[in-house]
Amino acid sequence: MIPLSHFLMISASLFCIGLYAVLTKKNAIQILIGIEFMINAAVLNFVAFGKFDKVNGGGQLFALFAIVLAAAGVAVALAIILNVYKHFKTIDPSKINKLKD
Amino acid sequence: MNTEQLIFYFFAALLLTSALMVVAMQNLVRSIFLFFVSLFSLAALYVFALADFIAITQVVIYVGGVLVLMLFAFMLSNKELLNSLQPIKTGFKFYQLTGIFICLAFLFILVSLNLQIDFSGLKWIKSSTTIKEIDNTTHNIGILSMTRYLLPFEVLSVFLMMALIGAAHLARKGNKI
Repeated sequence: MIPLSHFLMISASLFCIGLYAVLTKKNAIQILIGIEFMINAAVLNFVAFGKFDKVNGGGQLFALFAIVLAAAGVAVALAIILNVYKHFKTIDPSKINKLKD
Repeated sequence: MNTEQLIFYFFAALLLTSALMVVAMQNLVRSIFLFFVSLFSLAALYVFALADFIAITQVVIYVGGVLVLMLFAFMLSNKELLNSLQPIKTGFKFYQLTGIFICLAFLFILVSLNLQIDFSGLKWIKSSTTIKEIDNTTHNIGILSMTRYLLPFEVLSVFLMMALIGAAHLARKGNKI
C-alpha cells in the first residue's frame, strides 16, 4: 500500500519539471512536451485520489477525460506548429512575434 | 520495504530522472525518445494507484498516438537539424537560472502544502470506500461512463471530433489559414 502523499510528491515534482520546460525551452515541440508533463502530473493526482472514490469513480473517469482532452490538444497544437513552420521557417516562440501576416 | 514499494519507487525514480533528462537534453530526438520512457513509467504508477484501465489508456493514447505525432512534427519542422545535429552548448544562461528558481519555489509551495495536510484524517477519505486490488475497475468505469458521467462523455466525443476535424483542416496542403 503506497501512501497518498508519495503520489502527490511525485506529481508535484513532475509538474515543476514541466513548468521548467515551458519557461525556458526555445522549441515549440519541447514546450508542448512540458505541457504534457504538467497534464500528466494532474492526471496522476486524479488517479491517486480516485483510489478513495469507488462508488462514484470520479477520479478515474476524469483522468480518462483529461487524457483524451490532452490528446486532442496535442493534435491541434502540432498542426498549428507545422503551419507556423511553413510560414516563418522556425518554431522558436521568441522569434514568432507577428500575430498577423 | 516489500516488493511492491520497491517496484513503485523504482518506477518513480525512473519517471523523475527521465523527465529531468528530457528537459535537460540538448538533442531533441533523444529528448522525445526519453519522453517515451517517462510516459511508460507513469503508466506503471497508475497501476500502483489501482487504475489499470487508465494505465492501458495512457500507453495506447500517449505512446501510440501522441509520441508518433510528435516525432512526425519534429521531423517535418526541423530538417536542417536532423542533417547536422547541433553542437552541444554548455553553461547556464540567465533565463535558465530564473526558470530553475521559479520552478523550485513552486515545488517548495506544493511540497510544504503536501506535508502540512494529514490526508488520512480527511473526512471524505475516512468515509469513502477504497478500491481494493480484487475490484474490477474496468467494469466499474464502463457502467459509470454510460450512467453517471454520460453528459461529459458525450460532450467529450463531440469535442474530440471537432478537434480532429480542425487539426486535419489546419494541416491540409495549400490552405490559406
